[in-house]
Amino acid sequence: MSDAVLDRLAVLFGELLPAGAVITDPVRLRTYECDGLTYHRAMPGIVVIPDTAEQISAVVRLCGEYGVPFVARGSGTGLSGGALPRTDGVLIVTSRMRRVLEIDLPNRRAVVEPGVTNLAITEAVRDRGYYYAPDPSSQQVCSIGGNVAENSGGAHCLKYGFTVNHVLGLEVVTPDGEIVELSAHDPGYDLLGAFVGSEGTLGIATKITVRLSRAPEAVTTLLAAFGSIEGGGEAVSAIIAAGIVPAAIEMMDALAIEAAEAAVGCAYPAGAGAVLIVELDGPRAEVARQFSEVERICRETGAFEIRVAASAEERAAIWKGRKSAFAAVGRISPAYIVQDGVVPRTALPEVLAGIDRLQEEYGIRVANVFHAGDGNLHPLVLFDDGVPGQGERAEAVSGRILDLCIEHGGSITGEHGVGIDKSRYMPKMFTEEDLDTMQLVRCAFDPRGLSNPGKVFPTPRLCGEVPGVRKGVHPLVESGRAEQF
Amino acid sequence: MNGETAAARALAATGVTIRPAGPDDAVAGVRPRWVALPETPDEIAAVLRASAAHDLAVVAAGGGTKLHWGAPPERCDVLVDTCCLNEILEHEAGDLVVHVQAGVPVETLARTLAGKGQELALDPPPDGGTIGGLLATAIAGPRAFRYGTARDLLIGITVVLADGTVAKAGGKVVKNVAGYDLGKLFTGSYGTLGVIADATFRLHPLPAARAWVTAAGTGEMWSAGMADEIGAMGAAVAGSQAEPSAIELDWPDVNGPCSVAVLVEGTAATERAQAVRDLMGEKAQVTDDPPEWWGRLPRPAEGVLLEIGTVPSRLPAVCARAFVAAGATGARPAVRGSLGSGVLRVALPREIGPDALAAFVGALRAEVGDAGRVVVLSAPEDVARGVDRWGHVGALALMRRIKDRFDPDRRMSPGRFVGGI
Ligand SMILES: Cc1cc2nc3c(=O)[nH]c(=O)nc-3n(C[C@H](O)[C@H](O)[C@H](O)COP(=O)(O)OP(=O)(O)OC[C@H]3O[C@@H](n4cnc5c(N)ncnc54)[C@H](O)[C@@H]3O)c2cc1C
Repeated sequence: MSDAVLDRLAVLFGELLPAGAVITDPVRLRTYECDGLTYHRAMPGIVVIPDTAEQISAVVRLCGEYGVPFVARGSGTGLSGGALPRTDGVLIVTSRMRRVLEIDLPNRRAVVEPGVTNLAITEAVRDRGYYYAPDPSSQQVCSIGGNVAENSGGAHCLKYGFTVNHVLGLEVVTPDGEIVELSAHDPGYDLLGAFVGSEGTLGIATKITVRLSRAPEAVTTLLAAFGSIEGGGEAVSAIIAAGIVPAAIEMMDALAIEAAEAAVGCAYPAGAGAVLIVELDGPRAEVARQFSEVERICRETGAFEIRVAASAEERAAIWKGRKSAFAAVGRISPAYIVQDGVVPRTALPEVLAGIDRLQEEYGIRVANVFHAGDGNLHPLVLFDDGVPGQGERAEAVSGRILDLCIEHGGSITGEHGVGIDKSRYMPKMFTEEDLDTMQLVRCAFDPRGLSNPGKVFPTPRLCGEVPGVRKGVHPLVESGRAEQF
Repeated sequence: MNGETAAARALAATGVTIRPAGPDDAVAGVRPRWVALPETPDEIAAVLRASAAHDLAVVAAGGGTKLHWGAPPERCDVLVDTCCLNEILEHEAGDLVVHVQAGVPVETLARTLAGKGQELALDPPPDGGTIGGLLATAIAGPRAFRYGTARDLLIGITVVLADGTVAKAGGKVVKNVAGYDLGKLFTGSYGTLGVIADATFRLHPLPAARAWVTAAGTGEMWSAGMADEIGAMGAAVAGSQAEPSAIELDWPDVNGPCSVAVLVEGTAATERAQAVRDLMGEKAQVTDDPPEWWGRLPRPAEGVLLEIGTVPSRLPAVCARAFVAAGATGARPAVRGSLGSGVLRVALPREIGPDALAAFVGALRAEVGDAGRVVVLSAPEDVARGVDRWGHVGALALMRRIKDRFDPDRRMSPGRFVGGI
């Protein structure tokens, strides 16, 4: 895109948006050059920070008029480069759209703007005994709009599901600038479900209706230390086989424990090859009974120490090590890659053995942290960027881990998204037909491919006319929209 | 060679079992010419390719229990009967995941899973049916309050598009955000985007115990005060910490009493049911079995069936409105629904006739406004001709664009769905 076009757009945006909402100063643009995946960087052409859906719609329409791509950005905590800007495009940041618009406790729902943080929703209703269930570790910072785009999960999604299970309605600015409502109530295709997890490629969410959940009557958290990761894995299987669905089951291996200890002094039992955190919540009577069963299972599968949190403080102490794990590895390694892959739970032992072999083969250490209940691995691949070649080897290990996940019938991402980072793995997980079919959805929403182009899909086909002989009036003509083609 | 023969030959050449259609194969009154009985996704693809080449309209069928739902297709040449796609492909109990073909009856799957102490936490459709049909109509039962609907438990899908393309999305792991979720799009699409070949679901352990708490015979006759009382009861139970799985209302006749029943399941179900009972009042009773009407559609089944979805707090008023509006037409509706998730189903005798039905639906739509939907799930065409079965759909233009991409020649269940899609 020529600079002249961007200059012109910046002027037009200035006429539409409030003072200070259009950024073109290179020093200030730099703030937005990457998201949480910091090794991909690009200076945005223009940054806009609108206040309303109408302003976003106007910006998007102008982008369409000039054929300029646009990228949405919430808090920029994404870990797959989804909010990586385009040098030839516009970055639309939702950070000024932070109002909680409505809280409707009788119907257990809230309506919020996209820039509201995940935790702010819970904070708005906590004192009345409610909360917003999906709890990504980044919840203090990440925006609900970003959560919708990524279909974010969290430790407690094992029992409660993901963002998509807790979003009841969206207001969306489509890539042609229209403002449409997608509601779980409406008959017709589940466009709401299709939009959630689309990583900003189908438009921009400007208003989100979320489900609020009743805070559980009781919560119990247990930490069990095992000699080895196998012991912990066995406990997980036995818990599931006993018909218990805990709110969360998290596991860390020895290296991850070492890092957490160095970073936050979490004081997990010494000598543990793995620790398991199991949290049960729900009605008091249910939790009490399931808890004794979980405790028994952990002992039978070889836990050498079990700690039970009796208070909120003790619970926080147990979680502290786990929650700090990503950042903590910085204490034991100059650099690291956070991977996000999924395997069927029953394949965990094999996949972990495979990761061990990779460590040996490449001479690279991997710390394992995972949502064990649903087989979502977060291997942290450690390397020293000062040593030539280590970065490449770490990158190779990280990629081979995804191959392992695919080989075992899993997925290349459980919650961090595909973004720019993993689009090249999509053809390993899906056939060309699968990807072409997904592209049909993209073309219906965004035929010109202006909404977050280059993300999720590897070099998608152009949205040409669909092959096939048409009979009768083209539905687009019928609905009065054909001129857009 | 005339078109009919050429098409018949092309279908025969697929090698898939094809038979001429009979009167029993009619789709909402429209009789197809052939019935195809594919046994694999590739065979579905072969039938769809042959259909594409000869401009044949296709409707997919599972158990055939909901074929009278939705509007009649504008045309229907080939009925793709999925009954031979009846294998449970993989059930890995340790993963709480099952992969099934579309033609597997929901009840068969339930029996198999129960053998391993697990279940697909969707209520069996009222008149039976297959996994494919359950997905295509997205009909939800009482337990949607706790577990969500089919779209929430579906984690992977294989579909065959109008041009014979076989595509999949999702996978066999519960947590997975790679690519667009085509499963969501196909769930509730009434066969208008393609044929569902197989699906993968997340499972739940079978609850250790179940208990129902029923407050029966609340009141003698409808009154505005009663509707409020029921609404308050529903809200109290929905907001309780006993984790109820379902909160159902049954009001079979405006002149008779209504009941509210709550399901509690899992560990310590009886204790939790007692806690629910405390909220529902003295008259409520805890039982091990559901009331006889539980999970069924209101009667008369062969008449008109409507579905109303709105926020739970609006349900009492909507319910009241239904009785008043019906009263004006002389018809007596039966009402049943989910107080917790805000879904009501209303049955009317077919004798209501087209004008009164249109007035009735119009009155309900005015009451619900844009806070929900009023859909005619099933009605004989002569009774429903005066109403838009689906009502206003906010994102209809986008939906048309989706349809146009997936099925540009409008051959998949044409006319069955919203806006005549
Ligand atoms: C320390 C740390 C821990 C994390 N833990 C978790 C975790 O436990 N679980 C988890 O799932 N993720 C986790 N993440 C990843 C990340 O926080 C989530 O993906 C989050 O949802 C991103 O929100 P955001 O507001 O930062 O979005 P951004 O990074 O700004 O954007 C992410 C994507 O969403 C799009 N987008 C943003 N806003 C909108 C909108 N309004 N409409 C449409 N598209 C939009 C962007 O274009 C981009 O593609 C973690 C990240 C960090 C740094």
